[in-house]
Amino acid sequence: MNDGTGLRTAIEQFIFREARLLDCRDYAAWEALWTDDAIYWIPGGDGDIDPEKSMSIIYDNRSRLGLRVRQLESGRRHAQNPPSRVVHVISNIEVLDDHGTEITAVASALTYESNLRGETLWASRNEYRIRRSEDGLRLVQKKVVLANSDKPIFTLAFLI
Amino acid sequence: MPTPIDAVNSAAGWIEDGRVHGALYSDPAVFKAELERIWYGSWVYIGHTSEVPRPDDFVAKHLGLMPLLMVRTSTGAVRLLLNRCPHRGNELCVSTRGNQRTFTCPYHAWKFSNDGELLGRAFPDGYEGLDGGALGLAQVPRVGIYKGFVFACMSDDAPPLDVYLGAATAAIDQLCRNSPCGEIELTAGFLQHRTQANWKFVLENECDGYHPAFVHSSIFSVSDSGIGKLYGPHSPALSRDHGNGHTEIDLRPAFRELDRPLAWFGTDEARLPDYVSRMNQAYGVAQARDIMIDGTPHIMIFPNLFIAEIQLFVIQPVAVDVTVQQVTALQFKDAPDLNRRMLQQTVGSVGPAGLLLADDTAMYERNQRGLRASQPAYLYLKRGVHRERVAEEGGGRVGQVTDEVASRGIWRHYQALMG
Repeated sequence: MNDGTGLRTAIEQFIFREARLLDCRDYAAWEALWTDDAIYWIPGGDGDIDPEKSMSIIYDNRSRLGLRVRQLESGRRHAQNPPSRVVHVISNIEVLDDHGTEITAVASALTYESNLRGETLWASRNEYRIRRSEDGLRLVQKKVVLANSDKPIFTLAFLI
Repeated sequence: MPTPIDAVNSAAGWIEDGRVHGALYSDPAVFKAELERIWYGSWVYIGHTSEVPRPDDFVAKHLGLMPLLMVRTSTGAVRLLLNRCPHRGNELCVSTRGNQRTFTCPYHAWKFSNDGELLGRAFPDGYEGLDGGALGLAQVPRVGIYKGFVFACMSDDAPPLDVYLGAATAAIDQLCRNSPCGEIELTAGFLQHRTQANWKFVLENECDGYHPAFVHSSIFSVSDSGIGKLYGPHSPALSRDHGNGHTEIDLRPAFRELDRPLAWFGTDEARLPDYVSRMNQAYGVAQARDIMIDGTPHIMIFPNLFIAEIQLFVIQPVAVDVTVQQVTALQFKDAPDLNRRMLQQTVGSVGPAGLLLADDTAMYERNQRGLRASQPAYLYLKRGVHRERVAEEGGGRVGQVTDEVASRGIWRHYQALMG
């Protein structure tokens, strides 16, 4: 479709699926969404920082992302033992750019977390770089800019 | 049994050698007394001079519950201003950092220089005959700086900073030696990690060598970092009490056994050629090798500065059961390849999502919740009492790395301050 509706639907479905895999803690399926050159990034400060020079909350390449997943799967990640119960609500999805091989999209997210400490609501603006591959759409980069990344925040040990 | 309020008047019944009452972590009256006697009665770390490198730079900081501005004045002096307008108590500055020579309160436009002096009051005819000389910004009366580390003291009763720091200065020296030009910089910004727990659970955990084998077993099991072995029951590393509440995990005995430069950082000379060459140039090959074998310290400077090899944490008390850990990567002046690695390793390890710190913080919160059960009333800190000894070298009292020498040292000093 030339009006972009088909693309937008495909991207929305991909973003919703990614969120569902996290909420269901299907870490293996979630990890399989990523490309080898993946970056999973939650900036620190006001979100507008250079991750090579300033502190991020998460700045994982593919290797560290795998480590993070294996740590969760070890059953001894105390900050997720018992695991947080999480619901991602994703909205305001916009496809910003389609370069052919890669698509850039943004969304707003409210993520509800319930754990031993209590209940926490995380608000974020998410940016996605999604690649067309032979196996379908794959995630190249996900940047989660928390609305309160410049404030003291509680432990964020689930995958947001 | 004493009531919690007794702890404020006399800590004696609440702190025994190797036993402390749970109320010391949970009673709001104790927290209030700590603010007066520890946070406003002794030396406390505030920030580093590299955070205000140029004249007229400022950065927002805390001392206990008090908001401060750490400023470098136009003449280059570092001052700690209390962030409150002397007129009607308005929060003077809401920016977290910047560069400006003056601060103007938005409420009635009173204007102050960055050395605290009152420069002007709006509509001055209303102040005819009223001297404004005493209406400057309040300042921390005692500011002490050691190798760029800025400490504050609100009380005249505390000893001079160098006496207070004591043997901790040697650890700061050790840290700075690992920089090719002898200086560290805090340029990466801080993450702020909030936890629902008393600040002393954080303080004691920093040099608790007993917990890593269990709390961090998940990451040790999936990565080959080698850190795990340092904290085993047969490690030659030491738990050390330097006195004045300063505690350390001294890993040098383990690194000296390995005898490999940069093993302390889980890497080797081949991966950091630029850094190694700068170190060799600065210190000569032999001394540079010794420095790079010992590495940087793991020291908790009471009550709030934790230097953890490649990171710097500041413990900020917020309430009896709320604490914020500020954390940043240490950066060495003129060491770009090492700095990049220190930043990325820090980002992976610490902060709200850290592969290590998220689990520590889960323990602090479990500690705090556990105290809701009132019995047994005391926490037990006697591990290694039978083998604690005066150190043969390096000063203070030491024990095996998994022993609770550090906690006992912290509580001895706490008792002296609070008693």
